[in-house]
Amino acid sequence: MNQWQNFIKGFLKENPVFVLLLGLCPTLGVTTSAINGLGMGVATAFVLVMSNLVISLIKNLIPEKVRIPSFIVVIASFVTIVDLVMAAYVPVLHAQLGIFIPLIVVNCIVLGRAEAFASKNDIFSSILDGLGMGLGFTFAVTILGAIREALGAGSIFGFKFLTSDGMLVFAMAPGAFMVLGYLIALVNRFNKGTK
Amino acid sequence: MTKRESNFINMVLTLFIIALISSSLLGVVYEQTKGPIAKVALEKKTKAIAEVVPAFDNNPLEDVRNINIDGEAVTVYLAKKQNKIVGLAIDTFTLKGFSGLIRLMVGILPDGTINNTVVLKANETPGLGDKIQKSKSDFSDQFNGKNPSNFILKVKQDGGDVDAITAATISSRAFCDAVKRAYKVYLKEIKE
Repeated sequence: MNQWQNFIKGFLKENPVFVLLLGLCPTLGVTTSAINGLGMGVATAFVLVMSNLVISLIKNLIPEKVRIPSFIVVIASFVTIVDLVMAAYVPVLHAQLGIFIPLIVVNCIVLGRAEAFASKNDIFSSILDGLGMGLGFTFAVTILGAIREALGAGSIFGFKFLTSDGMLVFAMAPGAFMVLGYLIALVNRFNKGTK
Repeated sequence: MTKRESNFINMVLTLFIIALISSSLLGVVYEQTKGPIAKVALEKKTKAIAEVVPAFDNNPLEDVRNINIDGEAVTVYLAKKQNKIVGLAIDTFTLKGFSGLIRLMVGILPDGTINNTVVLKANETPGLGDKIQKSKSDFSDQFNGKNPSNFILKVKQDGGDVDAITAATISSRAFCDAVKRAYKVYLKEIKE
């Protein structure tokens, strides 16, 4: 697999949300609007890239039996950094995302990539993998958020295009499942079609 | 690619070093962000106080009382103009929200009239309960200019005077509960 493949696979072929079905808790929880999805995606992408980088750097220094706690400490540190920086410089978005930022620690995408990719590959591939997966996740949650916001509130990125309130169900959990289901079906159709 | 052996010393040492590096890194970031985070919190509070009470010329953040009501401490900020109290900004809360805690800043005039309210923190359902926020609906405006001595702080289903938000009675009740707590604080503060 060449380097381009390491990067691009995160978008459709191995998209963490649509194909690997990882990290669905924040996916369903924060995607009530496009901007929330984007913020969550960017935060997760940063953590993914940084933790992949560090873990592939230190992978040979970590004894096999304590690798998971070591990974978690690395990931948790970066998540805490993101949390503090967001609270300081983008307080509005931080207040919106709330509990979901600290919860990136247990987002299985991050640990999943650390365990499945970064601990077995060189630094450059790991960064590309983190970047691809992170952007793929960002892409997925932003699309999901945009659709839910459009149907549920009649606006996109906060700009109203409908005067009415929209369909409330899409702003809540059942709507998240419905939109996600249709998107997964669509992506599967696309992936199968390209094979 | 040889992994380090998983013996006791190696494992303890590795985890220790990783934890040490992480914690020192976090310490640095925490020191860097401490200032801006405190500033944001203060700005938010200052803005909320200015919104709920009439014009004042003192610094309410320095004119603070802590009132105990029903076993909970509630903070009251006194807004004064030429040393006369023009309003109380009460940092009140309720735990009866649909998603737990709701925090409000309620401004009460010296005669007991509710001047204005601002939601400080709430996790109510988007599209339903979050209409307690000013930006989402005018629900909270009905409290403005009312005096709880002749305006019953209960939703109409419960025999009060408050029009509940459609399909969000619990959030509406919680809002009333928080305002009622603020009024109790006002009564206690006035007595003292």
